[in-house]
Parts: sequence; structure tokens; C-alpha cells
Amino acid sequence: MIEVKNINKSFGENHVLHDFSAQFEAGKVNLIIGQSGQGKSVLTKCIVGLMEVDSGSVLYDDRDFSKMNRKERKEIRTEIGMLFQGSALFDSMTVEENIMFPLKMFTKMSKKEMLDRANSCLERVDLSGRNKLLPAELSGGMMKRVAIARAISMNPKYLFCDEPNSGLDPSTSLLIDSLIQEITYEYNMTTVVITHDMNSVIEIGDHIVFIYNGRNWWQGTKEEIIKTENQEIIDFVYASKFMKTLKGKLA
Amino acid sequence: MSYITSIGKYVGMMREVFSKPERFKVYYTRTIAEINSIGINSAGIVAILSVFMGAVIALQTASNMDSPLLPKYTIGYITRSSTILEFSPTIISLILAGKVGSNIASEIGTMKVTEQIDALEIMGVNSLSFLVLPKIIAAVFFFPFLIIFSMGLSILGGYYSVTSAGLASHEEFVFGLRAFFKSSDIVYALVKTCVFAFIIVSVSSYFGYYTKGGALDVGTSSTQAVVWSSIVILMANFVLTQLILM
Repeated sequence: MIEVKNINKSFGENHVLHDFSAQFEAGKVNLIIGQSGQGKSVLTKCIVGLMEVDSGSVLYDDRDFSKMNRKERKEIRTEIGMLFQGSALFDSMTVEENIMFPLKMFTKMSKKEMLDRANSCLERVDLSGRNKLLPAELSGGMMKRVAIARAISMNPKYLFCDEPNSGLDPSTSLLIDSLIQEITYEYNMTTVVITHDMNSVIEIGDHIVFIYNGRNWWQGTKEEIIKTENQEIIDFVYASKFMKTLKGKLA
Repeated sequence: MSYITSIGKYVGMMREVFSKPERFKVYYTRTIAEINSIGINSAGIVAILSVFMGAVIALQTASNMDSPLLPKYTIGYITRSSTILEFSPTIISLILAGKVGSNIASEIGTMKVTEQIDALEIMGVNSLSFLVLPKIIAAVFFFPFLIIFSMGLSILGGYYSVTSAGLASHEEFVFGLRAFFKSSDIVYALVKTCVFAFIIVSVSSYFGYYTKGGALDVGTSSTQAVVWSSIVILMANFVLTQLILM
């Protein structure tokens, strides 16, 4: 479980996160939703340590990440997998080398063991046989799947996904969502997904945190978010005609 | 004030670069790849520039020797001295600052804006050490070979241009090359080369690593890397000349 306690983060005069607290449970897909500029990305960067918090703490299974030194953080980071918005595959490496990279850096596996692991990860994301392709030769959806394969290669306990559906067509988005959900349950990971996509909320959201003005404005399940009367959430969730129509039909 | 901040950031960056590597084997493989990428791949341009610059130095020296009192071997002597003391270590390093420096800044800058560096950090890899240290080792190790190669080709270019134009004989040019030779000049040139190699890679990496934004900013970082590497090389050249030769 990941627990965020009273996080504050400012950039000069701009106070982005205000006493933000939330819990992200293991074995569940936790979604952080909210409009652009509300602090979702800053929150994620603070949780994974790419940014330092001004105050507050981040606990990974009761281990206070914000108080750790570099070496201790490094150990926790080997337990984290992350899927970036733009996939962030190393473009000078093949698909196979990308997946094997963390194994090369942090394990004592033989080359054969690493190859077997890479192959099983590729099989898991339905990309068997694409080992020797370069990222530039992959489609957007395939890049995301390779990034998922790389993220799970070290059997992480925590998985972060930053807008995993951005730039993908609806059917590929659905595929990526299902993959994230399946691996979360399969490996009993604590998964945190940052998204704008309401389809993802309905499809995979076990626990949803709505961030507004840098605060944890609302949290609950997908069933609860559909029924909520909170105006800020209604404005966000039912911003599109499609969702308004859907709401009308559900009513 | 911003210059002081930048120098502070640069020093902090270098501390990270020289921290203990995670996996020596991976770093070794990367260093070999970097020797190929920033060293061997620069041999072509170094060869072309050296041959023609050596030829021009020798021809200009010959054309300016109006006095019959000046012996012909002076052409070989001046070609050798100019090449070893200044042309090969400094001018070739400035050329490499353009070629290698812009390459490093744009490579690291692109990795920064496409979140590849964040991906390394999330995995627990010290991105600065992983990306920059192999480049520094490769450049400091291999640039001296490039410069020795440049010295040889430059002198050869001078020799052929002067002898084929009939401005000096083979014996006169070779005598000039050997006259008043000090091996300490070679040491001075190689020390300068190692310092310049370090400057090119570290300054370019600095601009690449702290790139923010998108493609346009990567281009700006690349330009800044070349400009600042060149300025720092010229300043270091002055300081080293004072320290070693004076």
C-alpha cells in the first residue's frame, strides 16, 4: 500500500499541492483523475521521488520514502515500475534490450535467464517475436505495451501509469486498460493510474481520487462517482456530450 | 548571479557523475560504445581537416619567407611547432566541440524531454553517472589518439604541399621537423587535449541534461553547448599555456 500524508508542494508563489493525503491499496487499480493543471503529474512525481515534497510524507508499505537517503530510495525504486505518457523507451535499444535493461542493472541473472524473462514479459503483453524491433518501428499502442513489459520485468510491487491512454484509439486504450488491470490482479501490485479518460474510470477504476486545486477533493469507487452530487466532479465527468447522454440513459 | 548558479549546478552535476557506478560491466560496455561513437566516428573529419590545415600552414609559412637568410628548413620547423602546440590540440578540439558537443547535448536533451532520463531515475539508476561518465572516460582516453593522428596527418599534408610545389626539398623539410624538438611539447599538447576532452563532454552534457521543454529547447541546448564548450576551451587553453609553457 502507498500512503500519502499531508503533502505540500509549491513552485515559488504557485502552491500546487495543499495538504494532499490519500491511500492507494495493494491489488487494486487506483485512479487519480482531475482536470489539467490541478496537480496530478506533480503529485505523481512527488510520490515516486522525481520531485521533493516541501512537507508531508510518502509511505511505501509503512516505509517513509520522503525521509530516505539516496541508497534507501534506490532499493525502493527497484520495486517500482512506471509507464510514462510517451512510453519513454530507450530509443537506442531494441525492444528486448529495453526490457532486459533493469535486469542487467540490478540482478545477477545470466543472459539466458534475462532473455527468458524478456520473452515471458513480451508474451504477457502479446508482443512475442518483436524482440529485435527498435522503438521507432513500433506503433503507439505497441510502445505502451513494451513499456508495460519493461515495467513488470522486475516483478514490481508498485506500478505507476501516467496517462496510459493518451494518443491511443479507443480500442487500443481498452486493451491497455485491461492489461493494466490484469497485471495488477495477477501480481497483486499497488497500481496508481493518472488519467483524464472517463472510459478508464468506468472500466478499471477500483478506487478513484479526484484532485481539484491541488487537494484530494473526493475519493470513492466508480459506482459512487457516477452517483455523486459534487458539482466539481459532475463538471469534470460529464463535460462531454457522450457522458451527458450516458448519464441520461443511466438515469 | 545566474552564472554563479550555473557553475554551482555544474559542480553538483559532476559530483553525481563521479559517484560509484551501479554495474561496472554495463559501464564498460557503454564506454566501448562511446569510444566508437564520439571517438572513432570523428576520425574522418579530423583527418580531412588536419591534412588541409597542415598543407595551408606550410604553404603560408613558405610564402612569407622573403628573406634569403632564413633557411628552408624553417618551413618544416614552423609547421611542426604550429601543429603540435596549437593546431592539433586546440583547433581540432574546437572542431570536436562542434561535432561531439552538439551530438551529446542533443542526445541527452532529447532523452530528457522524452522522459527517458526520468525512466532511468525511477528504475533507481543514477542517470548522470550512467549517461555522462562513459562519455567522459571515452573522450579523455580516445581524444589524445585522435590528436596524435591529427598531428601526423597535418605534418604529412604540409610536407606534400611544400615538396610538390618545390618550395623546399625532402631533406630540408625533414631536417626542420627534427630541429630543436622538445618532447615536452607533445606532453603539453596531450595534457591540453585531455582537459579539452573533459570540457567538451561535461559542458555539453550539462546543457543537455538541464534541457526543459521540447524540440526547440533541445536545439537551443545544443547551440549553447557548442558555444560554451568553445569559450571554456579557449579560456583553459590560455591558463594551461601560462601554467605549462611559461
